[in-house]
Amino acid sequence: MQALYAQLLVGLINGSFYALLSLGLAVIFGMLNIINFAHGALYMMGAFVAYFLLNLGGISYWWALLLAPIIVGVFGMILERTMLQWLTGLDHLYGLLLTFGIALIVQGVFQNYFGSSGLPYAIPDQLKGGMNLGFMFLPIYRGWVVVFSLVICLATWFLIEKTRLGAYLRAATENPTLVRAFGINVPRMITLTYGLGVGLAALAGVLSAPINQVRPLMGADLIIVVFAVVVIGGMGSIMGSIITGFALGVIEGLTKYFYPEASNTVVFVLMVLVLLVKPTGLTGRAA
Amino acid sequence: MKTKSIASFLLGTALTFTATGVAFAQDKTVKIGALSDQSGLYADLGGPGSTLAAQMAVEDSGLAAKGWKIDIVSGDHQNKPDIGTAIARQWFDVDKVDTIVDVPNSGVALAVNNVIKEKNGVYINSGAATSDLTNAQCSPNTVHWTYDTYMLAHTTGQALVKAGGDSWFFLTADYAFGAALERDTTAVITANGGKVVGGVKHPLNTPDFSSFLLQAQASKAKIIGLANAGGDTTNTIKQAAEFGIVKGGQKLAALLLFLTDVKAIGLETAQGLNFTETFYWDMNDQTRAFSKRFAEKMKNNAPPTMVQAGVYAGVRHYLKALEALGGNPHDGVKVVEKMKSMPTEDDLFGKGQIQPNGRTIHSAYLFEVKKPSESKGPWDFYKLVGTVPGDQAFTPLSESKCALLKK
Repeated sequence: MQALYAQLLVGLINGSFYALLSLGLAVIFGMLNIINFAHGALYMMGAFVAYFLLNLGGISYWWALLLAPIIVGVFGMILERTMLQWLTGLDHLYGLLLTFGIALIVQGVFQNYFGSSGLPYAIPDQLKGGMNLGFMFLPIYRGWVVVFSLVICLATWFLIEKTRLGAYLRAATENPTLVRAFGINVPRMITLTYGLGVGLAALAGVLSAPINQVRPLMGADLIIVVFAVVVIGGMGSIMGSIITGFALGVIEGLTKYFYPEASNTVVFVLMVLVLLVKPTGLTGRAA
Repeated sequence: MKTKSIASFLLGTALTFTATGVAFAQDKTVKIGALSDQSGLYADLGGPGSTLAAQMAVEDSGLAAKGWKIDIVSGDHQNKPDIGTAIARQWFDVDKVDTIVDVPNSGVALAVNNVIKEKNGVYINSGAATSDLTNAQCSPNTVHWTYDTYMLAHTTGQALVKAGGDSWFFLTADYAFGAALERDTTAVITANGGKVVGGVKHPLNTPDFSSFLLQAQASKAKIIGLANAGGDTTNTIKQAAEFGIVKGGQKLAALLLFLTDVKAIGLETAQGLNFTETFYWDMNDQTRAFSKRFAEKMKNNAPPTMVQAGVYAGVRHYLKALEALGGNPHDGVKVVEKMKSMPTEDDLFGKGQIQPNGRTIHSAYLFEVKKPSESKGPWDFYKLVGTVPGDQAFTPLSESKCALLKK
């Protein structure tokens, strides 16, 4: 039973990454209608930016949490301005192919310079060590990841669903022409939204840097699972992707305990089941 | 009429000679395929570095000046046996490749082994670990150069059991390599009076090991044996530090650890780990000289790993055998027989021998990862702790199940 609690908690930690990443994807899909396959590469860039900030500029983890999402977010906005914006109104497939191509190029460039085994990034001193919870030894850093990502997820949800800015955004997705008639700069808002989604990915990258290796393929390995999370949660649903992210982390954690061999397929089995029973995803609405 | 027929006879003979002359020239044409994981978790320990090592071996052999034409192609098997065998078949059937080198990932390596035997090519494996390549699944076309799971078990594994680590929990990569390493190490543990109390098989390329590490922690085993490699090993070691496993009194046995892995983990976390390799760049003047040349040509200036060094040494020995044969490099079995009949000697692995089952025998070295304060350069990672002679490190022929030995 003790082991079970431990696995639940560990699952929650992985779930935080799924939640943060799928949240970004959901925001981008919901507002821009783009299936952002570059998300994994941008997550990886977040981790690399944190690494560069630390090793080249001596800038600590804490600043990286703020700076990396901004830097990568700006990179994302440039992508949106120069390439993605021309795809508005076209089939989803075009956006998917374009972002997939971008992901391959970005990963290729990083791999060319940094190889595939990755670079070490130490846990910040303030979060080193761990505490004994009785049923398990919880590294403080992992606890921090769960709490921090939960806060960020809820803040994003609040921003989009409960504020005036969020209302503009949602309105702009429904009917851009009408919103523009009210004097709101819709293209700029869309660019900023893409930047926000990308920033969330980069933030997840910074959070994961001390746990996993900072390596070019860290996003490629994760992105497929995250897409499954988004599909299960319902494309474009903010709360759905947060809850599914955490829930799937836990389910995956339990699988690692009961039948480890299946741990990297269980998410996809669930995805198939959900698609068979409820094709719009658990919280999705029919388009 | 008669003179005409004599003339045509002479002409015919002359043509025949010319034709044979051309055939002789073609006989010195060799194509080597470096098949590796070019972009995944094993790309840094093999990958482009292995292709470079093969190229350097060809250049250093000096055979080009003696009329040989040696080409190198490279391929990415993506750690998938089906892709690996498809590339191998295409290489033999379409591109007329004679020899395949490297091939890390035991699953791919064993699959490719069968293709090469069927096509009568030459197989110089450096990257794969499974001892089956020269044991149950041995082939007259195969030379297994650098290391294998039997060697890892009988060096690192044995040393740890003898030092009191008598209860083990395995974290095993769930494919041919992990299974072979766990099997060979378990044999050593039980033979030395220890026992295996449990284990987990994890999928290849797992980013998060915390679930598995918690299970290992709960098992109370003295040693947590890592029967995995590359990115999987680095993630395990890093995360084990995070979960306080070593501080809690359990010891990690990195059964297979490469130079690039230590770089990725960082000395701070990796210090004190014991493991075995058959090559390290900083062993002597020859290895340092080669490594310097190698690093200058590598993108990130990395010195060679033991896998890349094995590709170099293996190709050098292969080319020596070809030179000794004088030509006709296309009969794989014949070339490998020649390779086995000649003692091996090179700057990187020293003196050795290829056994009849295809296993190359050379010394193995027990290393310990240095403390950050002991390291004097960007790749100065290892302290030599002990040397195991080749005949004690690798499978004795009397224990080998290789069918080639029954002749």
